[in-house]
Amino acid sequence: MEKIKSLADLKKKREELQSSLQLREQGENNENLIRVKVAMATCGIASGAKQVMEIIMNEAKKRNIPVEVTQTGCMSYCYAEPTVEVTKPGQEPVVFGYVTPLKAEELVEKYLAGNEMLPGVIPINYEKVEL
Amino acid sequence: MENNKKQLRIALRNCGFINPENIEDYIAHSGYAALASVLETNDPQATIDVIKKSGLRGRGGGGFPTGLKWEIASKNHADQKYVVCNADEGDPGAFMDRSILEGDPHSILEAMAINGFCIGASKGLIYIRAEYPLAIERLLIAIKQAEEAGLLGRNIFGLGFNFDIELRYGAGAFVCGEETALIHSMEGDRGEPTFKPPFPAQSGYLGKPTNVNNVETFANIPVIILKGWEWFASIGTEKSKGTKVFALAGKIDNVGLIEVPMGITLREVIYEIGGGIKDDRKFKAVQTGGPSGGCLTEKFLDTPIDYDNLIDAGSMMGSGGMIVMDEDDCMVSVAKFYLDFTVEESCGKCSPCRIGNKRLYEILDKITEGKGTMEDLDHLKNLSKVIKDTALCGLGQTSPNPVLSTIENFWGEYVYHVVDKKCPAGQCKALKSYIINPDLCIGCTACARACPVGAIKGEKKMPHEINQANCIKCGACVEKCKFNAISIK
Repeated sequence: MEKIKSLADLKKKREELQSSLQLREQGENNENLIRVKVAMATCGIASGAKQVMEIIMNEAKKRNIPVEVTQTGCMSYCYAEPTVEVTKPGQEPVVFGYVTPLKAEELVEKYLAGNEMLPGVIPINYEKVEL
Repeated sequence: MENNKKQLRIALRNCGFINPENIEDYIAHSGYAALASVLETNDPQATIDVIKKSGLRGRGGGGFPTGLKWEIASKNHADQKYVVCNADEGDPGAFMDRSILEGDPHSILEAMAINGFCIGASKGLIYIRAEYPLAIERLLIAIKQAEEAGLLGRNIFGLGFNFDIELRYGAGAFVCGEETALIHSMEGDRGEPTFKPPFPAQSGYLGKPTNVNNVETFANIPVIILKGWEWFASIGTEKSKGTKVFALAGKIDNVGLIEVPMGITLREVIYEIGGGIKDDRKFKAVQTGGPSGGCLTEKFLDTPIDYDNLIDAGSMMGSGGMIVMDEDDCMVSVAKFYLDFTVEESCGKCSPCRIGNKRLYEILDKITEGKGTMEDLDHLKNLSKVIKDTALCGLGQTSPNPVLSTIENFWGEYVYHVVDKKCPAGQCKALKSYIINPDLCIGCTACARACPVGAIKGEKKMPHEINQANCIKCGACVEKCKFNAISIK
């Protein structure tokens, strides 16, 4: 990243990043892109999140599903690790818990490729401060 | 707030949402905007006033007003000052800070830079335990990215402010979470606390004014700057503002991290957010505050959780460990567990802590072995008070709390251990006895074959019997019995 030399620079950079994020969210640059976040804190990795991430990438590639897989920190659902958030274009994000390596393949096959819900969806039970 | 949304995420706002290894993700979520606004305003005292008015208190456990701490450090003049982030998270079962460091490291860097500007420090140090390798890795990545982007280092935003951050590694000694011990450890000395005053704000790292704040405290700072102190002060109770992250653990369905507004009740936390007690057992107590805290019983289920209410209830906020216990947990054993921890972690400098806690542990051990007397219970109480009054630092002064609080709330259970030589929860091995019900036993000999010490005797097809003197109470027989004929008394 180039150096941010002034406040105006930071503002410009933020706006740029936000609009590209928005573009991705609205799926205008790729209307089929599915975004997947895998919770990869110590806790998630210990329960197999690294494998899960690989499986999701490989399985999606095999099936030609356009995905963007990224890592995040802990989503705070220790009881349901590994946890994976899937955002389909134009839809609200869905958080799946208990996505063990075995279930990761099923997730790609059923929810990413098809539109079949899997058990283990974690309801969002919090509000988040908006900045 | 809607009924089903009891949680409010401020410190955990980015955890699980952004890629912690990508600074652009953080900037897109208004990252470094608070630092920009503070530097632009160019009025350190005004920023300190914002933090003061927000009512933010130290999230590491003590609950000291953060703004006041900053103000004291800012008023002590010196050629060099330091900002220290206390990431030496050590309470058993607590992992709030790790989660923030691994999920949103830039928020801590930004807050430390803001703190540095306010008190006039150009150097920041993060004291982190070496057992957190992933947090360390992500912090190092974050520092590098921030330096490359010009958000740390020299002349930030071209406004003439310099700030660097380095890491210092701790070896995982519990006492090093205490700020004076932490500073000694960073200087390369033994991690032992020293008497305050002088406070670190007067003479801290290398004898210079130093402001030490916990990870979660720092995580709140950028939000307070961006949303304003009025917004922050509108959340929580009269004297405890904002939210608190808890690590909810123990006999509860939804184990995990939660962030709730101050003033929420334990009942809401346990039954609505936590999903209730595991296997529908009966609630017994909640332990908060780690080895320095105490147990809260059923009568406190509806008490609003804040710093002062928890202290009034005989516990404390602590750093945020919250361990839920059900009817199968023995409170004497719980106190013993925490004392065992303290004895392990005592630095040994002062005798009340080094010797006193060892004696406390021995008395508790005696009670769980079924050898306790009523005099022992008196000793427990007296010794606890002496340690509380005479220990040098926070670790020693609070170490008897688990004992005092369980004695206060579960006196009957202690007496039962001592007088009846029984453990109502069935946890104390020495106080258990396994009995075979002759009406249910068909003499299959499965238990006798499973018994590793040959304590079970009996003829085939005749009821068996356990020789109590030889029984080591391992429970192997219970597992093997298909007829539920063996019970624990």
